[in-house]
Formats: sequence, C-alpha cells, structure tokens
Amino acid sequence: MKITFDWLKDHLKTNLKEKNLLEQLTNIGLEVESVESLSADNELFKVAKIIKTEKHPNADRLKVCDVNVGQKDLKKVVCGAANAKEGLITIYAPPGAIIPKTKTKLVVAKIRGITSYGMLCSESELNLSDESDGIIELSKKYEKKIGKSYFSKSKSNLIDLSITPNRPDCLGVRGIARDLAASGFGKLVNFKEEKIKSKIKQNLKVKINKEKDQGCTAFGSCLITNVKNTESPQWLKDKLISIGQKSISAIVDITNYVMLDINRPLHAYDADKIEKGIIVRNSNSGEEFEALDNKNYKLEKGMCVISDNKGVLGLGGIIGGTRSGTEFDTKNILLESAYFQPRSIRNTAKKLNIDTDAKFRFERGIDPLSIEAGLKKAALLIKEICGGEISKIDIQKIETYKTKTIYFDINLFEKISGFKISIKEMIKILEDLGFKCKKQKKYLNLLIPSWRPDISQEIDIVEELVRITGYDKIKILDPIKERNKPTLNQTQKLFHFLQRAIASKGYLEAITWSFTDSNYNNHFKETNKEIKIINPISSELGVLRNSIFSNLIMYISKNLHRGFKDLSLFEIGPVFTGSNPGEQSTVVCGLSAGKKSRLSWIDKERNVDVFDVKKDVVQTFIEAGYNSKEFFIDNKTPNYYHPGKSGRIFLSKNKNQVAAYFGEIHPNILKKIDIKTESLVGFEIFLDNLKISKKTLNDQKTNYEVSDYQKSERDFAFIVNKNVSSQDLINAISHIDQNLISNIKVFDVYEGDNIPENQKSIAINVTIQSFEKTLNDGDLEKINKLIIQTVENKTGAKIRV
Amino acid sequence: MSDLKKIRDEFISKLEGKIDLSEINQIRSDLFGKNGIVSSQFKKIGTIVESERKKFASDLNIIKGELQDLINSKINELEKFEINKKLEKEKVDITLPERPFIRGKIHPVSQTIDEISSIFSEIGFSVEEGPDVENEYNNFTALNTPDNHPARDMHDTFYLDEKKQKLLRTHTSPVQIRTMLKDKPPFKIIAPGRTYRSDSDQTHAPMFHQVEGLHIDKNINMGHLKGCLNYFIKEFFEVDKIKMRFRPSHFPFTEPSAEVDIGYEIKDGKIIIGEGNQWLEILGCGMVHPNVLKNVKVDPTKFQGYAFGIGIDRLAMLKYGINDLRAFFDCDYRWLNHFGFDPLDVPTNYRGLSR
Repeated sequence: MKITFDWLKDHLKTNLKEKNLLEQLTNIGLEVESVESLSADNELFKVAKIIKTEKHPNADRLKVCDVNVGQKDLKKVVCGAANAKEGLITIYAPPGAIIPKTKTKLVVAKIRGITSYGMLCSESELNLSDESDGIIELSKKYEKKIGKSYFSKSKSNLIDLSITPNRPDCLGVRGIARDLAASGFGKLVNFKEEKIKSKIKQNLKVKINKEKDQGCTAFGSCLITNVKNTESPQWLKDKLISIGQKSISAIVDITNYVMLDINRPLHAYDADKIEKGIIVRNSNSGEEFEALDNKNYKLEKGMCVISDNKGVLGLGGIIGGTRSGTEFDTKNILLESAYFQPRSIRNTAKKLNIDTDAKFRFERGIDPLSIEAGLKKAALLIKEICGGEISKIDIQKIETYKTKTIYFDINLFEKISGFKISIKEMIKILEDLGFKCKKQKKYLNLLIPSWRPDISQEIDIVEELVRITGYDKIKILDPIKERNKPTLNQTQKLFHFLQRAIASKGYLEAITWSFTDSNYNNHFKETNKEIKIINPISSELGVLRNSIFSNLIMYISKNLHRGFKDLSLFEIGPVFTGSNPGEQSTVVCGLSAGKKSRLSWIDKERNVDVFDVKKDVVQTFIEAGYNSKEFFIDNKTPNYYHPGKSGRIFLSKNKNQVAAYFGEIHPNILKKIDIKTESLVGFEIFLDNLKISKKTLNDQKTNYEVSDYQKSERDFAFIVNKNVSSQDLINAISHIDQNLISNIKVFDVYEGDNIPENQKSIAINVTIQSFEKTLNDGDLEKINKLIIQTVENKTGAKIRV
Repeated sequence: MSDLKKIRDEFISKLEGKIDLSEINQIRSDLFGKNGIVSSQFKKIGTIVESERKKFASDLNIIKGELQDLINSKINELEKFEINKKLEKEKVDITLPERPFIRGKIHPVSQTIDEISSIFSEIGFSVEEGPDVENEYNNFTALNTPDNHPARDMHDTFYLDEKKQKLLRTHTSPVQIRTMLKDKPPFKIIAPGRTYRSDSDQTHAPMFHQVEGLHIDKNINMGHLKGCLNYFIKEFFEVDKIKMRFRPSHFPFTEPSAEVDIGYEIKDGKIIIGEGNQWLEILGCGMVHPNVLKNVKVDPTKFQGYAFGIGIDRLAMLKYGINDLRAFFDCDYRWLNHFGFDPLDVPTNYRGLSR
C-alpha cells in the first residue's frame, strides 16, 4: 500500500514530522517497506515533444530524436522505443535524473557513437505501471506543458507499507490515519456526511440471483446521466501520480481515488452498453468475456459474474469487461459499489490467475457498510468534475450485515501481555479505533467496527490494545536456567554422533535439496515409487529424492568439473518412500572419489576402494557403541552398487534390518552420468534401522574384564573355495571358545601360483588367552587342533602345510 | 706389586688409546676371561705369603675395579658414538610434507542448529522433529490458516498431489501441532528442520531451515517471550548487549504476533550485531492463538504461551559473514571447506558456542 504524508493529512491532523510518522507506522504494525523521495528528483522529469526522429546510423533498432524540452535548443536523445515518432508528447529525463525503477543516475553517454543527452521514459521505468513496451504517450493536452515538470511538486515522499492480510481496512488511507490517531499520532478528521438530493430513480434493474455459493451479498448502484468524461483536474492527477499511479480519465481516476482513500472499490459502467438490467449470478461453464486487461477469459461454472441480457459484463469485485467500460465519450454511467465474499473472489482469481487492486481488497474483506458512502463520494466527485445528474441510490442485498460483538474480560489483557494499562486507557484506544464500548464490571461489551473483519474474539482485542499501546511496553522476563527433560532423545543423539563421526573421517558435510532430478533419481530409486512434486521450481527438481546419492553424485560431478580430483562429501537427511507424512527415513550418505595419497612423496597412491568406505562405516558403528563381534556382512546390495564390490552390514546376527550399504558405485551409472574419476565409492547408513541400545555407555563401562595371563598368537593358512567368505572362517573360529579366543585377524589373502584354481589361501592370526590361567603347550595344541578341525569341517577348507 | 702395576698401566694406556669396540671386548676377555690376566692373578692369591696376601688381594681388587670401570665407560662412549653416527646417517629432510590427511567439515547450518539447541537446552527446551512431507491440515488449517486464507499466499507451497492435501511443509510450525497432539501440556520445545517454499532467487532458496519454538504452560505471557528471545539472541551472537525491537505483525497462528528486529551496523564492511541504527528482521513470533490450542485439544483458558520461528540459514549468514544463501546448498568444495566447522568443534555450554 503506497501513501504519502500529504494524502494522510487529508484524514489526520498532526504537527509531527515524517520521521516520526515512519517510526509510528512500524510501531503499530504497519510496516514501512521503503520510502522513496520523489520530491527532489521528480521535478527533473519533464513533459517533452519529439520534433524529429532519424534512424541511428549504427543500429537498426535505435532512433536519434530531437526533443523539445521547453528550452531554446532541442535535445538529442537516442531512443530504442518503437513508438518514438515525430509529434509524440512524452516524458523526458535529463542527465542527472535517477530512474525510479532501476535507481540508476543518467549521464550523458555515447550510444553506438551518437551522444545522447538524457532519456525518453516508459511507464515501467517511472514505476507508473508494468508497461515497458515503448515510451509514454501523453495526450495533446500536455502540449502546453512542454518543459514543465510532469510530476506534481509534492514534497511528500512515497511511503510503501507492507499491510498484513488481516488488515484490509488499512488498504485505504483513512484506515491508516485512524490507527495513527488511536496511537496518539494526531487526530482523525471527521467529515460531514455527504447527501445526494435526487429525484431521479435508478431505473436500471439490478438483481442478485439467490443461488448456492452466491459470491455477492449486496449490490449498490446509482446512475449518473449526461456526464462529460474528461481529463482529471490537476489536484486529482497529482494525488494519483504522487503514489505512483497513472491518470486515465476523470471517471476512472475518481473510482481509483475513492478506493485508495477509503478502501471502497467501485466500478463504473457505461450504462448505455448494458442490455436491460444487471444480473449478479454464478457463471456457466464455458462463458467468455473480454476483460479490461484486454485478455479473454473463459469461465468455469460458479464464478460470480455481473451480467446483462447479452452475457457477462465483468467478474464481480475482480475486473470489469471491455464491453461496458467507460470511455471519454461515455454519456451515462452506472456506478457499482458492492460486497463480494472473500472466499468467492479468491477462488475465482486463483483459477483465472488475475490480480487486481479490487480483487486484493475484496479477498481480504471490504467494509460491508461502506457501499453507500463510496457511491456518494464518487458520484459527487463525478458530478463536480464531469457534470450530469445523480440518481437515487439503489441497494440490493440478499444478506444483512450484523454487527459483531465481543464480551471482553479486562483481565485477559494483563494475563497475555504481562503488563497493565488502565481501563480508561483501554476504552480510549478501542473507541479511537471505532469500537463502541460499554463497561460492565470486569468486562467490556464491545461492538466491532464493520471494517474490521479480522476481529472476532477476545484475543484480537488484546492484540489491538498491545499494538496501540506499544510493544516496547512489554517487559523482558529473563528465562530461568533449569532443565527437566533431556534436550535430545537417543535417536537425536545418534544423529548428532553419526554426523560428526563421518565428518571426522574426512568427509565434508553437504546439504542438498530434498528434491532432485528424476533422471538422477531413477538410477537410485530401485523399487521405490517416484514421488512427483506437482508444481516444481524446475523440471530438474521435480521429484522427492528416494536416495541421497542422486544429489550427492551430481555435486561430486560438479566439483570434479571444478578441477578437484579427490573428494569426499556426505549428507545426513531425509529420503522419501512415499508422499504421505512419515514415509521418509533418515540416511547418512557419503561418496568418495579419486585417489588416496595422490602425488605423495612418501605413500603409494591408490584408488579409493570399497574397503575404505567399509572402514568408514564399520569404524563409525563401533564408535557409536555397536559391538563389532555382532556384525554380519554379506554382498546383497541394491543395483546401483558394483555387484562384486559392495556389501551390506547388519548390526546383529539375526539380520533384522540393514544398517548400511557400502561399495563401489556401479560403473554403468558413472558412464551414464558421465563422471570422470578414477574411482567412486559410497555408503548409506540407515539411521532409523539402527537399534537404540537400552544400555547406556555407562552400563557398558562397568563391564570391565581383562586377563593378565599370558597370551599366545598362532597363525593358520587355509586353502578354501573362492566363494567361501573370510567371515565364514572367522565365525567358525570365534564360536569355538569365546573365553579363550580373544582376537582373530585375517592377515593375508592369496590366489595364484601354488593354489589350485577356484581356490584361495586365507591366512589368519588367532590370539588365545585364558581368563583363568597361563595356557601350557598341551592346552594350546588342543585348541590349535580344534581350530583346524572346526574350520575344515564347517567351511570345507584345508589347512595349508 | 710391580706386576700388578705393570698390568694396570699397560692396559690403561691401551684403553685410552684409539680403540674400537671389538678391541675393547678382546681386552676384556684378555683380562677377565677364564684364563685372563686378572683372573690368573686372583688364582695366585693363595700362593702369596700371608703377610703380603691381604695387600695383594686388595690391590688386585682395586685394579680390577679400575680396569672394569674404564672398560665400561669406554664401551658406553663408543656405543654412544656409534649410535650418534647411525642417527646422523638416518637424518631426514624434516621439511618434507607429512603423510597426507584429509579433513572433514560440518556444514555451517548443522553447526548453527547445534548452537541453537545448546542455547535453548540451558533454559529447558527439548528438541522435537516432524516430517518434511506434511498434510494440509497440520501445515495450515490446524494453524488457524483455513483454506482460502490470504495468508496462504505468503507461503508458496510445493504440493505432492492435485488435491493439495499433501505438501512439503512451508514452515516448522506443524511440529507444534504434532507435539501438542502427542503429549499433554506443559510444552517447551524447539524444532529445527528443513522447510520448503517454491521461491527461488538471490535471497530465497526453495529449501531452507527454520527452528520453531513453543512454550505452553500456565501464565506464560509476552514478557516471557521477550525474555526468551532476548536471551537467545544475546547468547547466539555471543554479545553482552543486544538491541532488539518487537514490531506488531500478523501470523494466523499467533495473536498477538510480532516480528523481531535486531540492531546492527556495518563497520569496515563487517556487520556488527547489537549496535548501530539499522534494523534487521530475524524472526517472527507471538502468543499461540487460542484457535490453535483448541485444535490440539489444549484448553486456552488454562494454558497459554508463545511460539516463534527463526530462519536458521539467515542466522548462520549473519554470524559467520556468509553473503549468498544459495551457496549453502551448492556443495562447492571450496565453500564447504571454508565455511565448514571441524567435527570436534561441538558447541557446548561450558566451552562456549564457537572458538
């Protein structure tokens, strides 16, 4: 909502300065978004006439114009607008002027070799409208103003307010003035009620159809006959221009002015173009009309339209139609002032994607009791400026407005705000805001002003009182430092731990979108269904991710393109399995590309491999407190992993839920995505599958048992079929005697010379230690034999001799 | 006597000359071996006349001691020399690079979330979470934002179905609803997490982070709200004083509602929080609307309290001097490295939030 202090002063008597005004507006919740100083610069923009145009010698689209700016000499201006032609009256900005839209200061500049002194402006460049096609075309009447400033000499700055959607009343200057007055910033000016003395009947019949979901509940109108539509008088033009609007014709300007001034949208029809009478009804499916924005709209069923016998004239409260629009030659006017339901307005505007000033106001709620006041104010102005006769006012309605009441508990104010004000103060504030108050013991019986659709219960009254009293009156009550509940639960602690555990292994944490490119996602979604976003930002961000890999691999690729060769990234966050709330799980996902020890003078460089990521995952689990002796690992992994170089981990032998996958990314995917790296390995840890141990770390600590008896280490080499996993051997050994076998290590795996085909040699180091005694040779021999025997029996291995 | 002295002098002079380890060992065996010179002198003791025997024995012991000491010290000296020679040979160019290592980092948003959690932990808030995909009811309707409410326009929502029943949450506020439906008052929670709006330009990202706060109890008023936020902002920016301004605003789910600005100024291109005459909006808050409480079956005549929503990314940008919001999610290795935090830097109350 754009206002100026000058316009506010039509409604507000105050001696305070603009600086105070800006502060006060913000203090009462009418946030000042920006203040533009129009006064100083705007005088620079002059009415000017193009005397001659020539094609620019070096540019097809540019013209060199000789412009009369009211000085002795013509100015040479280079202009690219198609409509720049001889005789056109337009607006000229000299060097030094600041273009409102771009905030750039004009300088004398050479454009393709021709010096241009200033610029001819489009409406959009002057922030008058979004029209950027060509320069402004002013009517012939401006001829005598050539060389004069186009904008009025208003000293008032343009103040842009951000009005919250609950305050439609402040979409009119008077509403803002009322709030300011209530807060002590001046006094609201009261106007005499205007009267129309008329004997002429409004003889154009208006009917509101009583049908389901009728969007219009009241339709007020009057006829103004024999008018002469003209240009607006200077004061009205200045008013509109001062807040960045364009003057069109007196009738249009007046309806706009009344809307901006008292927040009462109106519509003026050319009464002679209305066939018989007005019918307010729901639209039929497929009905069409051409709106004042020159677009043709095809309507759906049930939209609130203003129609006549011939068809749709306009969308009620949203936009009028060209068929019945007023022109300079309009003789008779029907002025409409109606009440439209916010819900209906909103539905229609959303479906047709129309945004207008009227729609913006009606969807927030217009004062239902302002119908008559609006008609009077506008009709009298039209009569004053355009002449003519005003008819009696006709108001059709299918609903009568009932004043809302609230029984307000005075104590609620302090209970919510934490501070006190007197009852007298309360009543003063509320009355200034337009409430009618009656004190009844500890209560106030309140009648709510009709322009406040946002107020319906006691808490709304508290807000009004705190807002106007000032939020700075709220005390600061320091919080008490006390905690009755743990801050994080076990799962949250684990999240936190895994995040930092993975980072500590050399991965940089990334945060990527929860959505992704379906092309990437398809590589990783497996059997999950694709979850489409109906209205994505772009097609590359069209689906919710089924795996974090899709984003991570894309960013690895981007970083490889930046010239990095060895990269490790990880993300901890949601992946989605369905489009219902809760169909998501938390995953820690990492990718590592390139080599270890690249170009090291000391260590041998090698590609990152599956055992690097296996280490990262296993180490993380162990650090998180899981017992590695319980882990179970096999090679069943999703298809996006290398089938021979990947694995999954269960945290317990009963293989309930997969704790993690790890491995090389499938070479086919690298090829399709076109990633250039020596090696790409990754992992996914499924946080929600990790059992939260009931035992705390403290419980485990009490379990301190060590043996001081001598330990012995024995090495074994087994020859075994290639498909037997080392884990089978380890399991076989560990099950023999958990009290004696304290550690098992695979220290060599060998295939090739001296080993039969399809077999391999696995060398294992076993540490044997008793909690009860030092083992003698006999004991050790016995267990050696048992180890060999068990491994051979369980795995088909043969001890290598 | 002269025999012993001769032996002594002879070997001492030998030992004090230039001599290597094997020669010393030879001397040792010549002297103290089974048939060594000194050993044989000991065997002679019995044959010495009794009157001289005692002195002979004593002299012999002295010489033995003297020679042995000399031998040992000579060995030590030589060994030390040998070791030093060996070490000298082993000398490396210590300016050569250490073995390669890689360093991981925590994303500034994660670090900021941990900082926020740490601060609110002190005053008794616990952390709650909610799903990223929400239903329309929890995200809007329950929060007193019914269908066709213009406030819905302020949230450009991503929808997952044509009926617009499922969506990506536009704020963390639905966690309020979930928390209150799940438990009984009092409530004192924060809920950090991802939020989504279909808005993308220099200052908006389609995904960003918010932290929700909710404190519902008997007699929690706007003073508590102001106190809580005043405490939080001071702690977060690690300053003693803060300039804070509460401005009336409107959110459908709070009443009265406020936006909070903090004072700042720019000094030498750096933003200084808590001073100066400029205002920066950092959060929205208010007293939870009675309609919201009714929606979650909490009696608004018995319980009341406040809620707030803070943009985490914005806070991180302010605190750590990050200019571009989009960069948070761009995963540029250089950026992550520069703005990321060491995983060992866990924000804590006792050690402080940041180094």
